[in-house]
Amino acid sequence: MSARDGVEMTLCPDGPILVRGAAHIVTSDGRTVARNRPTVALCRCGGSAIKPFCDGTHKVNGFTTSDGIEVSDTTVDD
Amino acid sequence: MSSATLSIQRPAAGSRLPLPAARGPLSEQVLGTLAAGGPGTAVLPSAAGIDPTSDLVADEDVQLTLFCLQELHYRGLEDVDDAWEWDVSAIALRRDLEDAFEAHLRGRVTVPDVVATTADDVARVLFGMTASSGGPSLARFVARKASLAQLREVLVHKSVYQLKEADPHTWAIPRLTGRAKAAAVEIQADEYGGGHLASMHSELFRRTLRALDLDDHYGAYVDAVPAVTLATSTFMSLAGLNRRLRGAITGHLAAFEMTSSIPSRQYADGMRRLGLGEDATGYFDEHVEADAVHEQIAGRDLAGGLVEAEPHLLGDVLFGAGACLLLDDLAAARHLAAFDAGTSSLREVAA
Repeated sequence: MSARDGVEMTLCPDGPILVRGAAHIVTSDGRTVARNRPTVALCRCGGSAIKPFCDGTHKVNGFTTSDGIEVSDTTVDD
Repeated sequence: MSSATLSIQRPAAGSRLPLPAARGPLSEQVLGTLAAGGPGTAVLPSAAGIDPTSDLVADEDVQLTLFCLQELHYRGLEDVDDAWEWDVSAIALRRDLEDAFEAHLRGRVTVPDVVATTADDVARVLFGMTASSGGPSLARFVARKASLAQLREVLVHKSVYQLKEADPHTWAIPRLTGRAKAAAVEIQADEYGGGHLASMHSELFRRTLRALDLDDHYGAYVDAVPAVTLATSTFMSLAGLNRRLRGAITGHLAAFEMTSSIPSRQYADGMRRLGLGEDATGYFDEHVEADAVHEQIAGRDLAGGLVEAEPHLLGDVLFGAGACLLLDDLAAARHLAAFDAGTSSLREVAA
C-alpha cells in the first residue's frame, strides 16, 4: 500500500486499477471527477456502467490482462 | 462529565435487540432465564449433546438461541443484563452451539483442493470459487420480476445483518497483523463511511428501509425471519468472535464482497423498475462501486496477505468463503421457493 504522500496504482490481474492516494481524476476537458472514497477502482475492461469506476463487470465479460508486465527491480515502500 | 452521567448505562431506545419470541425448548429456557435477572441468579443450560449432522442451518431453536447469545457481544438485548455477556454458562452454551454449527458446516461446505501460497494465488482461487457459484439469485429475481411486497420481504431478511453491517468482520482487526490488518482497516473504514455517519453503510440501509416504509430499528425483524436468514449472521459472528477462525472471517468477507457489486446493481435495477427513487436505491448504488474496490482488497491484501503470513490458514480462508456461498445459496433457494409458490418467505409472527 502506498506511501501517504504519494499515489499508488495497483494493476489487479483480470480486473481494474486500484488508485490509492491523492490522485485527481479529471475529464478530457479538465473537470474533476468526484471521488466517493479514498481508494477507487478504475475500469479497464470497458464494460462498467459507472465508468470511470469499476462495477465488477470484468468478471462476467471475459476480460483478461496479460501476464507479461515488465517490472523494475525497485519496490515501493510499504 | 459528572459521575452521575457516567453511571447511566441505558442506551437510547431502539439500539438494543428487542427480546425475540422463543422458537423451541432451548430458546424458551435461555431467553426466559436471560430476561429473569442477572447472572448469579441462574445459569444457562448446556447443549453439549447437539447433533452436528442434523440440519442446523434450518434449526429455528438453535439458530435463534445462538443469535441471541452472540448479540450479547454486539448491542445487547432489551431487558437483559449486560453482565450475561461474560457469564461462564452463557459462554459455554454459545461455544456448544458454535462448535456444532461449525462442525455441521465443515461437513457441508466443499472447498477446492488447491495450492495457493501467494496473495495473487489466493485472490485467484477466491474469485474462481465465487464465479462458479451458479446458485439461485435473489438479486436477479428482484431485477426481473419481484413485486413490491416481495422486494420488501427481501429487505426484511437483509435487515438482520445490514443494520450491523461490517461489525462481525471488525472483530478480525486486532487478530491480524501487517498487510492483512491494513487491508481490513481500509475496507472497514469505507464500510463505516470513513467516519461520516450518514455514509455509514448501516445508515444507508436504514434510509432504504424507510423509503420502503419498513421499520429501521435495530433487530426489528428478527422475529420475522427464518433460521437460514439467522444462520447467515450467526456464521459471520462465530467466525469473527473466535480468533482461531481469523482465516474463515477473512475468507467470508472476500466471498461476500466478490458476490456483491453485480447483485447490488440488480437490486437497484429492480427498485427502479418498481418506480422507486434514489432514497431507496442509494444503498445499492453505493455498493456497486464500493464492493468492486473491496473485493480486490479483500481477496488479495486481506485473505491473500493473511495466507502469506500464516500459510496454514489457507484451508480456513476457503472454508469461510465456501460457507458464505453455501448459506447465501440456501437462503436464496428457500426464499425463491416461497415466492414461486405464491407465499411469503417470512415467518408468521403473532401480531
